[in-house]
Amino acid sequence: MAEFNLPQNSRLTEGKAWPKPAGASKVTEFKIYRWDPDTGANPRTDTYYVDREDCGPMVLDALIWIKNKVDPTLTFRRSCREGICGSCAMNMDGKNGLACTTGIDECGGKDKVAIYPLPHMPVVKDLVPDLTRFYAQHASIEPWLKTTTPAPEKEWSQGREDREKLDGLYECILCACCSTSCPSYWWNGDRYLGPAALLQAYRWLIDSRDEATGERLDNLEDPFRLYRCHTIMNCANACPKGLNPAKAIAEVKKMMVARQL
Amino acid sequence: MLSHSSMRTPLGRVRGLGSAKSGTGHFWLQRVTAVANLVLAIGFLCVVLSLIGKPHAAALATLAKPQVAILMLLFVVSGAVHMRIGMQVIIEDYVHHEVAKIVAVMANTFFAIAVGAACAFALLKISFGG
Repeated sequence: MAEFNLPQNSRLTEGKAWPKPAGASKVTEFKIYRWDPDTGANPRTDTYYVDREDCGPMVLDALIWIKNKVDPTLTFRRSCREGICGSCAMNMDGKNGLACTTGIDECGGKDKVAIYPLPHMPVVKDLVPDLTRFYAQHASIEPWLKTTTPAPEKEWSQGREDREKLDGLYECILCACCSTSCPSYWWNGDRYLGPAALLQAYRWLIDSRDEATGERLDNLEDPFRLYRCHTIMNCANACPKGLNPAKAIAEVKKMMVARQL
Repeated sequence: MLSHSSMRTPLGRVRGLGSAKSGTGHFWLQRVTAVANLVLAIGFLCVVLSLIGKPHAAALATLAKPQVAILMLLFVVSGAVHMRIGMQVIIEDYVHHEVAKIVAVMANTFFAIAVGAACAFALLKISFGG
């Protein structure tokens, strides 16, 4: 059945409240999910106070500030700090997004920000989710150009109009914000490919250079792989790049119907 | 059934038993019956509204008219099919125990057929005055 309760060993406990920075005039409280696989203890939420005068404006700035100045054990992924690598995807005040492109003041809770790892994924440590299955789902849609015609001497050509069809799709950075915001993916993530993989699937389905469209559709035509999407639209709401995976999935369904009618 | 063996590669697990190569028929039927229900439900509501305040005999007479009876029968069939496939999607979404899922999907089919058959029988009985 769908899980409405967390398993016993995943239930949250109240963690440590770290001291407020001395002499700070503007302070924001961060409640952050912590879990250490080495201790065997249940996850907890630690409370940190960030001196906003001494810290950049983004949630990632605050996390780095905490790691540097308060608690070096706080674990999270980050790399580019400009919204292109997708590493710092996490759940901030109940909404998935990239910590590097989400302003602390954009979070709803005024002077309080709650931070959790991406929902419903196994946790490696603290804010680091295990995305192994997510990447395997991406690999399963075979995200590369597939052709039978011998490769031309120079390159596969594509007209301007056909190239424009890839806009809104190729920008996906595989941060997993969309898939992990999707209730269908929470309940059936082992069989449903999820919005990110399906958006990528559509990116190859409408690529005018690709010759494996039918084969790709065959591979997706499944009550679980594709048809678990119920147009809930959390994916479009969560995407930090402003893409619309739900629309891409609807287009795939239209292609499925088009080849039967 | 999918193997959850930890030695299996992530890609092997995702590929699982492969694509069922079906689902589009189900998806399309859900849309077709939804459109049919929209039209038929308007007709159904008109019939119900026209019967407000009428005695039992008048209601029977209305339902026995061929146009009304056919509309009602179509609504029952379309509604029962839509109900069955809609409920099946919900069961597949939320029931993950394989045996429970198969039992629930089967029971759902039986329920839809029973409800549809009972309604159709009642309509035909009224129509043919049995």
